[in-house]
Amino acid sequence: MTSVTKRLAGVITTAAVVVILIALYIGLYLTNASASVSATQGSGGAQLTLATVAAAALNDSHPTWVSYYAVSPDLKTWKHATTYDLPAHTLVHVTIYQFDSQTGLRNEFLGQATGVTGGKFLLNGKSTSAIDPTTASHVFAIQAFNLSVPLYGIPSSAKNPCSNAPCSMSNDHETIQFSFTTPGPGLYRWQCYVPCAAGFIEGFGGPMQTVGYMDGFIKVV
Amino acid sequence: MSSIAVPARTTSPWRRLLGFNLFTGILGGIIGFLIGELIGNAIHAKSLNYYSITAGQNDIEILLGYFFGVVGFLGGLGFLNYPIRRLMGHPPTLVEHESEGEGWWRYITLCTDHKVVGIQYLVGIAVFFFVGGLNAMLIRTELLQPNVHVFGANQYLTLVGLHGSMMMGMMTSGVLGPLANYLVPLMIGTRRMAFPRIESFTFWLLMAAGVVLITTIFLGGFQTGWTGYAPLSDQGTAGYDAYIGFFALVGTSMTLLGFNLLVTIITMRAPGMTWSRLPIFVWSVLATAALMMLAAPMLVATLLMAAMDRTSQTAFFIAGNGGSSYLYQNLFWFFGHPEVYIVALPGFGIVLELLPVFARKPLWGYRIAVAGMLGVGILSFFVWQHHLFVSGINADLRPFYMLSTELISLPTGFIFLCAMGTIWQGRLRLTVPMWFCLAWAFNFLWGGISGVFLSSVPSDVTTHGTFFSMAHFHYTIMGGLIFSIFGAIYFWGPKITGYRFNETLARWHFWTLFIAFNSTFGPLFALGFMGMPRRVVTYPTSMQFLNDWVSISAFCIGLSMLIFLWNAVQSWLIVREPAEPNPWGSRSAEWLTTSPPPIYDFERFPVFDSDPYPYGVGPAGEPVVASGD
Amino acid sequence: MTGREHFRRVLWISIALAVPATLLVVLLLAPNMPPGDHTVQAGHQMDDTTILLGLSTPIAIIVLTWFIYSIIVFRERDHSSVLEGPADRGAANYQIAWIATTATIVLFLAVFGSVSMLQDGSGGGQGPSPIAKPDPPAGQAPLQIQVIAQQWQFTYRFPSYRGVETQHLELPANRLIEFHVTSLDVIHSWWAQQLGVKADANPGFDNVAYVQTKSPFKFDIRCVELCGVWHGYMFDTGTVVSDSDFTSWIAQEEQTYAPILKSLPPYSTTYFPDPQRRGG
Repeated sequence: MTSVTKRLAGVITTAAVVVILIALYIGLYLTNASASVSATQGSGGAQLTLATVAAAALNDSHPTWVSYYAVSPDLKTWKHATTYDLPAHTLVHVTIYQFDSQTGLRNEFLGQATGVTGGKFLLNGKSTSAIDPTTASHVFAIQAFNLSVPLYGIPSSAKNPCSNAPCSMSNDHETIQFSFTTPGPGLYRWQCYVPCAAGFIEGFGGPMQTVGYMDGFIKVV
Repeated sequence: MSSIAVPARTTSPWRRLLGFNLFTGILGGIIGFLIGELIGNAIHAKSLNYYSITAGQNDIEILLGYFFGVVGFLGGLGFLNYPIRRLMGHPPTLVEHESEGEGWWRYITLCTDHKVVGIQYLVGIAVFFFVGGLNAMLIRTELLQPNVHVFGANQYLTLVGLHGSMMMGMMTSGVLGPLANYLVPLMIGTRRMAFPRIESFTFWLLMAAGVVLITTIFLGGFQTGWTGYAPLSDQGTAGYDAYIGFFALVGTSMTLLGFNLLVTIITMRAPGMTWSRLPIFVWSVLATAALMMLAAPMLVATLLMAAMDRTSQTAFFIAGNGGSSYLYQNLFWFFGHPEVYIVALPGFGIVLELLPVFARKPLWGYRIAVAGMLGVGILSFFVWQHHLFVSGINADLRPFYMLSTELISLPTGFIFLCAMGTIWQGRLRLTVPMWFCLAWAFNFLWGGISGVFLSSVPSDVTTHGTFFSMAHFHYTIMGGLIFSIFGAIYFWGPKITGYRFNETLARWHFWTLFIAFNSTFGPLFALGFMGMPRRVVTYPTSMQFLNDWVSISAFCIGLSMLIFLWNAVQSWLIVREPAEPNPWGSRSAEWLTTSPPPIYDFERFPVFDSDPYPYGVGPAGEPVVASGD
Repeated sequence: MTGREHFRRVLWISIALAVPATLLVVLLLAPNMPPGDHTVQAGHQMDDTTILLGLSTPIAIIVLTWFIYSIIVFRERDHSSVLEGPADRGAANYQIAWIATTATIVLFLAVFGSVSMLQDGSGGGQGPSPIAKPDPPAGQAPLQIQVIAQQWQFTYRFPSYRGVETQHLELPANRLIEFHVTSLDVIHSWWAQQLGVKADANPGFDNVAYVQTKSPFKFDIRCVELCGVWHGYMFDTGTVVSDSDFTSWIAQEEQTYAPILKSLPPYSTTYFPDPQRRGG
């Protein structure tokens, strides 16, 4: 092999390695989007059932982080997804099984629900419009819809708290139900507002800033 | 030409592999990283443990891992050998690593030949420049549509931060590393830098820094952009520790690089190389080096505080516990503003150095140009609050900083004055380096003028934090520094490598880059006024057309960079057509030796007895050479 | 052709280009540029931008003409030999003229900008002790509105209306509004574009900005300081409405948010909500 051929071979090999590295960078890291789940269609609108837990599943990449999950109404199926597909111009009923303890809101104002049908939500079957801000565990807020619902936390005296997802009905939990009407198609984002990221400064790092845990998207189709 | 005998070292390849080189450096780095992690894990404090367990990250472990990893890397390269030998009582020796190994082997070791370090820097920084550029292409891909569509929202912010950090961290040494290390000794008539081992140290430190920054993608990325504002940075996941590691290493590298160059220029000029005969490029390097030495340590100190906030429960930047978010902003920008002049000044120096060669006239207004360099350098420390005009600083401060920022446009204007005077009535040869210099003038004109808009507070209220400010600094940094660096590469490339560039590819590169660059960043001025903030992944649909135009133009910039890359690879690695000894007819000292220069630089040192730009003829056509006193 | 003649040519070309260009820019472009003059402060920002445009257009044209003229006229056309230009190393009078001219322009801009800024604050945040406090119209007291920035939305509190907090903003027309911008967590920046107000929100800190509204219109609100993953989504629209509409709106908001009003902390210019250190 002449030295020119050797150098050419070297250049081609380096270029190939670079292209592979770039492909890995884009494929494995950059485009790693959170899984998505569709609301189930039923009579009287669409139904979306979610759960919030104190710690994600043990085999998750972040087993100590708080997280939202999409669940089946009987809590048998758990999917770690924070992108929810909803039908446009439809009344959506949301049920959230809340398994995490109380933390409190940085801005007490968010203790009142906004954007929900009738101005009220059901907390364990009881209709209310606001909770004591110090008892909030999480919030489900879709800013573009003016929607914000505080999620009551399980009290510290709870006997059987759930440690890691998946949780069952026998674990202490609060049930929050509310409805809202979706607008036209588009991509919107939702977030939690409680500083529930334990171990992070101001409770707002880590899962609070990561899509797939306490943040996600609403795809209205 | 007689050659001075340099004893070649004959060592077997296996002995070389086991000696101190990049491979043992990488090995040392891995071992050091593991040791650091072990120590970090062993640091037990009950309260800290709880936080690191629930958060799922141990910042102490990661930061110590980086620290010991870098120490191990540098030790593996052989930097600890000489200090240890001295500690053990061996007498001091002159630099002994210059000629070790042959050919390309010198480039992956601790080599104290300033020319080797210059080329190491050139290739090393180029690699990271392309990494930063790739991230820019990806950012623009995401911004093709008004809502998130390709990358995750978290990953987008990491892209933005990676692009900015990699570019700012690497390009601050972008001229002083490759070009100043290579050329300054040749230009001032000396064989080596004042501290050759430190010179090599700054290079390998910078390479380690680049690798550390890239590891952020394995730790979750960082969400703060290159400025790393606290307290957002305090909230961050472990990826932010990579940012801290990166800039701590870059800051150290910058400080030592500036220090080395400063001492070299002050103390090692050949007899006859008086201050008034110093090439303007060396003056710009002097001003930049002083800035690096004074500003960079501030960055390291600031990041140490951020690291302590994240690991040791301090509250430097957390308002609720007595700290202040303003502290970070002021500390960072006290570094950050001289930093942007560190990236601007060398560009000034390159352009003013090249224009006389291609206009065949002496540099017009040499003293004014020097005053401009030094004036920019000194004033750059007095303007940093202009990044904080609307942040709530004491309103009494604003008129002063507005005045100082407006005033800094005066010495910057001197550079334009000298450029305009030099080309006036010259005999302009429009070579590719000359085109890059002229493009510098065009780009920096818009960059500088938009800077004046931003320096006036009422107008700044409209444009601060928007894409207008992005357009401003891309015009000055990319349109200024990057264009002048390319000019310098085409100019000095034949001297450094001994090979000529492909002229056609070079011209294609220039024109596609110039047009694509203006097409990319020109509309950003408009986008800023229309209301698009910086670092956003979503924007109103009405702005989509302009964003798409900008993104496509940005891809064209990428294309022009590939043309350059292909030109460099083809010319330097494959075709290797030998260059003439002095293709541009430059009368500067570095052209009086072979291409590439031998290890000992000059067979005979040039005699410095005239001003550095002995071009130009009198009214009767007779050459006029000034003594430069 | 002598240098003097070249210089005169460049001068005339520059003037021929600069005069119409400056007129176009100042008379056609500048008045139509954002942020518009729906408020007094936005109008002053536009004035400043107009002056800057008016000065930079001729300067840019002169410099560009100089360069382009030189490239065309002084280009070496004979490549067979390398001839040299005149050995001109500079003359003090040109340098002094340049320095004097640029210094005058720059000092004028600094003074103009300072005077404009000290008049009414130009809508920018002035910190907790503002020095440029515009006079309210017709002797009314300024309306204090607190902008609370948090990750990731802005909320607003009205101390003169029982400290009610709202999620969206409506402002009365023809009023002097005194914004107190603060944050609950990280650094944000409240930018009401067409209103002409931009003030950073720092935690534990009160940043005051003034705006004098005129007639009703809509404005965009955006966050302009990177504050985390949803920074780009921190936007909203606000409206300036008539005084009576504003009064009925705020009364409506007080009613809607009555359930949470008792849980809100007392109005303060700064807040230090828990957790301040690591949550857990």
